[in-house]
Amino acid sequence: MSALSVALTGNPNTGKSTIFNELTGARQKIGNWPGVTVDKKVGVIEHNGRKISVIDLPGTYSINARSQEEQVVSDFFKTNKPDIVVNIIDASNIARNLFLTIQLMENGIPLILNLNMMDEAERHGIKIDMKKLEAAFGMPVTNTVGRSNKSVRKLLDVFTNAVMTNYTPSKLISEHIERVRNLERSGLAPAKVEEEIISARYDLIDKIMASAVTVSAAGKTLTEKLDSFLANGVTSILLMIAIFYLMFQISFNWIGQPLADIVGEFFDETLVPWAAESMEAAGVEGWMQSLVSDGIIAGVGAVINFVPLIFTLFIILSFLDGTGYMARVAFIMDPIMRRAGLSGKSIMPLMMGFGCAVPAIMANRALDTHKDRMISIFVTPFITCNAKVPIIALFAAMFFPDNVANVVFAMYFLGIITAIVMAKVLSSTMFKEQQSTFLLELPPYRLPDPKTVLLEAWDKGKGYLIKAGTIIFAMSVIIWFLSSFNSDGMTEDMDSSYLASIGSATSVIFAPQGFDTWEAGAAAVTGILAKEAVVSTMGILYGAGDDISTEDEDVAESAETMMATSMGGAFTPLTALAFMVFSLLYSPCMTALGTVKKEAQGFKWMAFVFFYTTAVAWVASLIVYQGGKLLGFE
Amino acid sequence: MTLKDTRPGMVVRIDSVGESALKQRLMTMGLIPGTRVEILNSAPFGDPIALRLRSYNLAMRRDDAAQIEVSEVG
Repeated sequence: MSALSVALTGNPNTGKSTIFNELTGARQKIGNWPGVTVDKKVGVIEHNGRKISVIDLPGTYSINARSQEEQVVSDFFKTNKPDIVVNIIDASNIARNLFLTIQLMENGIPLILNLNMMDEAERHGIKIDMKKLEAAFGMPVTNTVGRSNKSVRKLLDVFTNAVMTNYTPSKLISEHIERVRNLERSGLAPAKVEEEIISARYDLIDKIMASAVTVSAAGKTLTEKLDSFLANGVTSILLMIAIFYLMFQISFNWIGQPLADIVGEFFDETLVPWAAESMEAAGVEGWMQSLVSDGIIAGVGAVINFVPLIFTLFIILSFLDGTGYMARVAFIMDPIMRRAGLSGKSIMPLMMGFGCAVPAIMANRALDTHKDRMISIFVTPFITCNAKVPIIALFAAMFFPDNVANVVFAMYFLGIITAIVMAKVLSSTMFKEQQSTFLLELPPYRLPDPKTVLLEAWDKGKGYLIKAGTIIFAMSVIIWFLSSFNSDGMTEDMDSSYLASIGSATSVIFAPQGFDTWEAGAAAVTGILAKEAVVSTMGILYGAGDDISTEDEDVAESAETMMATSMGGAFTPLTALAFMVFSLLYSPCMTALGTVKKEAQGFKWMAFVFFYTTAVAWVASLIVYQGGKLLGFE
Repeated sequence: MTLKDTRPGMVVRIDSVGESALKQRLMTMGLIPGTRVEILNSAPFGDPIALRLRSYNLAMRRDDAAQIEVSEVG
């Protein structure tokens, strides 16, 4: 027997993903729908000896093809006939959820209506008579308790036992479909027809609600009580700052950094010596030893170091998103973001940008309009991602030892300000003609399902791990090669290496900023491959070797080591500051550029981001250097 | 009166939804003539606003809300 195909469909915020995760566990594949940037999630399970393939369609309010998600769902049903379609319905929000249900029925798709979170609905005074609902639609009705694995597994029995051909749409539904067909044939203007159909659907919903659902007045819900603090007036902003402050404390200081230190220690104290000894023992040639130890392990290790920080941040963000709080943040930040030419919904992508720009750029999919999405994609790279932190940390410790914290804070702030200013510039120039809107459901506060939180964080963060394994690996080899070879072959003298040639060619453009050394040029070029490379390139080039570390207690020590090298003389505090500003703002790394190409759907947008961010960085560092000189600093 | 001119705590009924690029999306979200809407709260500076309709909560900007004609009930 071939696999039973099951499709899950439903509105956003119905717990659909949680049901999908409970059904499929970790046995799921996340891909992409062809031609669009929407996740395609598929999982295969076995139940009662039957293979079941489950597909999780993106959450949509309708299938009118107004957004990419709606297009995907609409196209899916045009070209696929799954054996079973399950419409997941948030029972506490049944009235609006049934809109999609009816639209699917109009398209002749037989459905299982699965009422999720009935317990929550009852607390809100909503009682649903499942038998009457079944009669109203003529389709089977089941129910689940979102986070209960047992109740979700029960669905599997339904899948293998349900014979959809036993069900036919009720008279109520057939009459509605007839009414819709008549409207479509009426010869009215298409927009008018669509509006009439929408009204007809809500008419039908009102009828069904009257027959199968009783709504009694419930007291103030927990959500309303919480929202009077978390989503109301100026206090909500203060609470948000406190919550985010706590999030960064946890990610960077309490959990993320200690874990990162353990990983870093493992690399430095176990893996590197072990690799060196094994290669020595195996009689591996010297150049190969240098490639593996100085190139690959050092390069990949530098990236792996950030993994705990990024995952901690993403787990917290996914958790906050699952509780419904991120929707409130979008809501309360919209007045501020709107004035900057962004939308409140840009907050989530920008927050993720503090971790890594790649998933952050992808998160802009959630935005409403083309204008909001493009602007948000274009300014996300200015946010100080994890990989840029070592640059700031090292330079601050070297050249501003008395003001490290202030300099680091100022640089974070500069990234945010630049993003806001450029959003304003872009929205009032390139995207002046386009509209921006903000329409957002504020779902009830819920305790998210831990499995779903972890899977989501993994989905967001795995791009970073893949980057470490592929791009950084390749980059480490390339940088090692470029710094160890010239046209005559291998060289000990880095000043005559390929990297020196590339660096000095690049450094010409930095003459007005005062840091036109070939080393700075080389660091800038390798930084486009990956930001992590800026500091490691400088470490290699200024001959500090592997001693460069930016971990908390070592950073001052590393800074001293570096000062002792020629780097101390190559920069003055002022040129160091100009270099930091440039490194912070210029072109995002290659992986992020590739993501821009995919998400903005065009090579020209990738080229645009590369050139405009670099131009902004060039001008900003010029202002810092020349302005600083005018003020008498050096 | 339009939805733009409402204050938190008010309960209104939708009379009509004006022509705009957003009209069909608003209607899809349940904002159709006759629907009862409760104005819950607002973001800092009073915009966007949070609404309760058809047993769920929806946030929208006042500029978009200006497209929706309403009259106060109760």
